[in-house]
Amino acid sequence: MQDLLSSLVSVAFHGLAYGMILYVISVGLSVTMGLMGFVNLAHGVFAMAGGYVMLSAMNSMGIPFPLALIAAFIAVALASMVLERLLYSRLYTAGELEQVLFTIGLIFMSVAVARLVYGTLPQPVHLPEYLKGQLHFLGRDFPAYRVFLIVFSVSIVGLLWFGVERTRWGAMVRAAVDFRAMAQSVGINTSRLFTLTFALGSGLAALGGALGAEIIAIQPTYPFEHLVFFLIVVAVGGLGSLRGPFVAALLIGVADTACKYWVPEVGAFFIFIATIVVLLWRPEGLFGKAA
Amino acid sequence: MTHAGGYIADPRIRKIEWLPWVLAVLCYFVAPSYLPLGSYVLTMVIFALSLDLILGYGGIITLGHSAYFGMGAYVAGILAARLTGEPLLGLLAGTLGAGLLGLITGMIILRTRGLALLMLTLAITSVCYEVANKATALTGGADGLGGFTVQPILGLFKFDMFGKTAYLYCLVVLFVCWWLVRRLVYSPFGASLTGVRENNVRMHAVGSPVYQRLVTSYTISAALAGLAGALLTQTTQFVGLKVLGFELSGELMVMLILGGVGRIYGAFVGPLVYLVAQDYLAKQFPEYWYFGIGAMLVLVVMFARGGILGIIDAVIARLRRKSD
Repeated sequence: MQDLLSSLVSVAFHGLAYGMILYVISVGLSVTMGLMGFVNLAHGVFAMAGGYVMLSAMNSMGIPFPLALIAAFIAVALASMVLERLLYSRLYTAGELEQVLFTIGLIFMSVAVARLVYGTLPQPVHLPEYLKGQLHFLGRDFPAYRVFLIVFSVSIVGLLWFGVERTRWGAMVRAAVDFRAMAQSVGINTSRLFTLTFALGSGLAALGGALGAEIIAIQPTYPFEHLVFFLIVVAVGGLGSLRGPFVAALLIGVADTACKYWVPEVGAFFIFIATIVVLLWRPEGLFGKAA
Repeated sequence: MTHAGGYIADPRIRKIEWLPWVLAVLCYFVAPSYLPLGSYVLTMVIFALSLDLILGYGGIITLGHSAYFGMGAYVAGILAARLTGEPLLGLLAGTLGAGLLGLITGMIILRTRGLALLMLTLAITSVCYEVANKATALTGGADGLGGFTVQPILGLFKFDMFGKTAYLYCLVVLFVCWWLVRRLVYSPFGASLTGVRENNVRMHAVGSPVYQRLVTSYTISAALAGLAGALLTQTTQFVGLKVLGFELSGELMVMLILGGVGRIYGAFVGPLVYLVAQDYLAKQFPEYWYFGIGAMLVLVVMFARGGILGIIDAVIARLRRKSD
């Protein structure tokens, strides 16, 4: 009984940490897909880039962990802004196929660059001393880094929700998601809004990739390997919403951890089946608006 | 994407359409050391044709077409390992197996559109991958399935180590597939499929059974993909998990886009150019190769939406205008 309880707690805890990372990475994808209707398969590229920026800042330049995190966010957000202006924005009105192909092309290119610069092996993660070790809590041990992950992600999520629900920028984003033409006609500069939102989403993905570098190893095949999970979070959660992907990410994080822990022989099988069932039941996702 | 293909009034085979076959037969005599690569190219042409049928003509965007390729490959492999190495039976089994999977999954997923459809195709492939990965007793799991022998075709033609039989075998199978796909695309059925791609709503409005059309074409396409998979199994005498991977679906899409979507011969040109280039470049400069592929995709999307054949068409059109 005691064993069962402790394994339950452990699965819930690790699943929560994994789910939060998935959410921080994917939420930007949900917003950009909902806002611009752009099928951005290359979203994982930003997460990987964030991981690489943080790790090289820490490993080769000796920049401390918190600063390296910030650097990852800023560098990727700026780079994505350039990409958005130069390339993405030309394809907003194009068909789905073009967007899919274009973003697959981006993935290929980024995989090649990552391999050229960093080699094929996963990058080592050296956590700062204060995040190593265990935290005692309610008579149990929890790895300090995961606790930090959860707390940090929750605060980011809180900030993001506050931004979207309570600020003027958030109101503009919501207006544009709901009815782009109307938002435009009341004088919202939607193209600038898109660029800023895109940059924020990519920056968040970078932050997620950097934070989760210890859980999801940073290696060149990252954008391909984890694409399915990012997409599942968004598709199951519902496009353009913040709450939907949050629920979906936590469900997937916990379910995936539970499967790996108790029934490793079925792997991610259940998650895919569950995704199929959910999408057939509600093609627009759990919290998405019906088209 | 601008599609050139679709219904044409005069479906008779034009002279130039014999060109690929002449070239393919010439290859057999001129470049005997490249026959294994040639067999692979021919197999991928069949696979690309099957994708063209649903993507180019039906307008269904799929990221998981390797599910059917892999299904055919594994069915043929397991059949050869367990029951009989008779090749034609293996082809038939692979085709039927993949076709059945296509029918069932198609009936389910084609009710959705957009992101949900994209996601479902990806999820189905992932499920197949997981099943093949974990059912080691049947599929060999991550080690792959090998060690089976394929009997001579019709009891007459043995598979030789130079790949001569394999090449001709692939060529004949491809010819049959080409003939079928061509008939299909230029038939009224193909016309209605093109209609669905161009204007889904209007096809509903004129009373066309859109859903049935899509499911039918999806099933045929899946069966063709399975045929290609079975062919790969028999010519290489091995099945690895890669046949079900997302990368294969991605690569296939790249090949088709490179050649040109929605024009049967794009499925011929794309795999040929891609695989020959890969054979030369990928081993020596893997990083640059992937970068080049990515850059090419971006450029095709931005500037040359008809692929190689589209560019050729445009050049010919310009020359004609000049000479007038």
